[in-house]
Amino acid sequence: MSTPPDDIRGPSLWTSIRRPRRHREEGARGAIIAAISTVIVVGLILWWVLSSEAWPEVQQQFFNPDDFIASWPDVLGGFWLNIQMFAVAEVLILAVALVLAMIRALRGPAFFPLRALVIGFIDLIRGIPIILLILLLGFGVPALQLAGVPNNPLFWGVTALVISYSAYTAEVYRAGIDSVHESQRMAGRSLGLTQVQSLRYVTVPQAIRNVIPALLNGFVSLQKDVALVFVLGVREAVREAQIYNARTFNYTAYVAAAVLFLVASVPVARFADWYTERDRRRRQSVGTV
Amino acid sequence: MKHIRWARFTAPILALSLVLAACGDDGGAGSTTTSAADPTTTEATEATTSSTEGASTTTGSEDECAVQNLNLATPGTLTVATGEPVFPPWMGVGDENFDVPESGTGFEGALVYEIADELDFSDDQVTFVRTGFDEAIAPGPKDWDFNIQQYSITPERDEVVDFSDAYYETRQALVTFPDSDYANVTSIEELQDAVLGAAIGTTSLDFIENVIQPATEPSVYDENVDVEAAMNAGQIDGLVVDLPTAYFITAVQVEGSVIAGQFETQAADPDEFGLLFEEGNPLVECVNEALETLREAGTLAELEEEWLTQDGAVPTISG
Repeated sequence: MSTPPDDIRGPSLWTSIRRPRRHREEGARGAIIAAISTVIVVGLILWWVLSSEAWPEVQQQFFNPDDFIASWPDVLGGFWLNIQMFAVAEVLILAVALVLAMIRALRGPAFFPLRALVIGFIDLIRGIPIILLILLLGFGVPALQLAGVPNNPLFWGVTALVISYSAYTAEVYRAGIDSVHESQRMAGRSLGLTQVQSLRYVTVPQAIRNVIPALLNGFVSLQKDVALVFVLGVREAVREAQIYNARTFNYTAYVAAAVLFLVASVPVARFADWYTERDRRRRQSVGTV
Repeated sequence: MKHIRWARFTAPILALSLVLAACGDDGGAGSTTTSAADPTTTEATEATTSSTEGASTTTGSEDECAVQNLNLATPGTLTVATGEPVFPPWMGVGDENFDVPESGTGFEGALVYEIADELDFSDDQVTFVRTGFDEAIAPGPKDWDFNIQQYSITPERDEVVDFSDAYYETRQALVTFPDSDYANVTSIEELQDAVLGAAIGTTSLDFIENVIQPATEPSVYDENVDVEAAMNAGQIDGLVVDLPTAYFITAVQVEGSVIAGQFETQAADPDEFGLLFEEGNPLVECVNEALETLREAGTLAELEEEWLTQDGAVPTISG
């Protein structure tokens, strides 16, 4: 039996760009043509936009440099709050959702009430718009004036986000757990591991690897949804932009906030793509054919 | 040929962009002017039709404030915009009238019908529509004649919309709970550590930020009901709002709350309420004439007496 060829692990980054000479030439020519056509298309679009009659007013209202600079400090200060909320929420969401998914993955009739509760919780929370949950928890619970219950709007806003996103993320984990072959679980059980142990040591590590792209997708989505707590009076980026807009009737502050959100999200999205591609190349035979 | 596969992708895009570029110039020009053109064309046709009728039937046919000559959103109807919902003492006073501006109860409700009467509209020619507080101030064309929602006249707003003359002058007031640290303040300095709340885009918020200037930034909410919800939830120490609204909040909306006091200082000039119009709407002059008539006849003072005066003095917070 001959040894398996080296590229059975899939090509590395190097082999994938090392092509025969003929293909390289075509690649170079293709790149030049793509560049030329991009310049033409983008140039035409820019020319069409900038020469339209409404552009000066649009620029004045949405892309005004003076207003951008004037609103920047407040919006940036508010955005710091967004980042903090996101950091706290994401850690909690990943943990809570995993617990929910693991409970749901338990087999056997004895665990039926637990499973039913989790399924009910997930259905309920996924059926309510996040903004509604934020309003309910942010204004409603503190209004009860229960002893020992915090009434900080930031606390309840983040709690509502954690509850809502945990429901969605639990389903993502469940998809991951289901994607791991049944034989893995059986192997774990046959070694004498309990259900929870086999989940924890055998199934879940593999499951998480499978669903990292979906989890990163949730990351990117949460970064924007933290802005929803502005309805509770929290002065995060969107609310600060709104205050600037209400005072000056100029919408550039919103564009400034959008820029900040983009700066936060796009790198995460690019990282998610890169990670997914690397993982895929490692685990499957990705060829150049 | 394999290397022309890219043509399938870029050629349609090139073609599309050429087409768009060709018709791009027409697209921008017309749209911004057509909406402004509509009211004037309506007015022109109204004027030409009425001038032929008016000459034979009435003596004052050049009266540009006659009903048929008015620049209206819907000809023949006075379209009045207000908030959603409306609250006493401004509109809808009485349990059966809650959120019914058409009942003509409340200071602003009664004022609308008085103005309509002055402009020779009958009561059923008045239609109410609802808008948000903040969205109505935004620049742009409106599909109502004027908006009445306790709008304070400010120079910034005046640049993007038009206001009638003032129909009411008010002060800002502080609403808290009796057990709050700030229930008995007598001067603005004592409010330095307070966490206050106000609705976005209001002069109350400007007042907190420019006059009171507390150490903690005020919490800002979409509408007054949200500020009140925050009060109920104990998330803010107090809220700042105009005095008549403070009466209603303490009487009905936030149970157990009290008016800590009214502020002596005004933000810039006395806080005056005016009717809000689309920028450049000629209807403002006619409405101002009507308001002047009502003021001189003492009607404004009567309405104030009937709907806005409360028994018992409100303490003053000096600045």
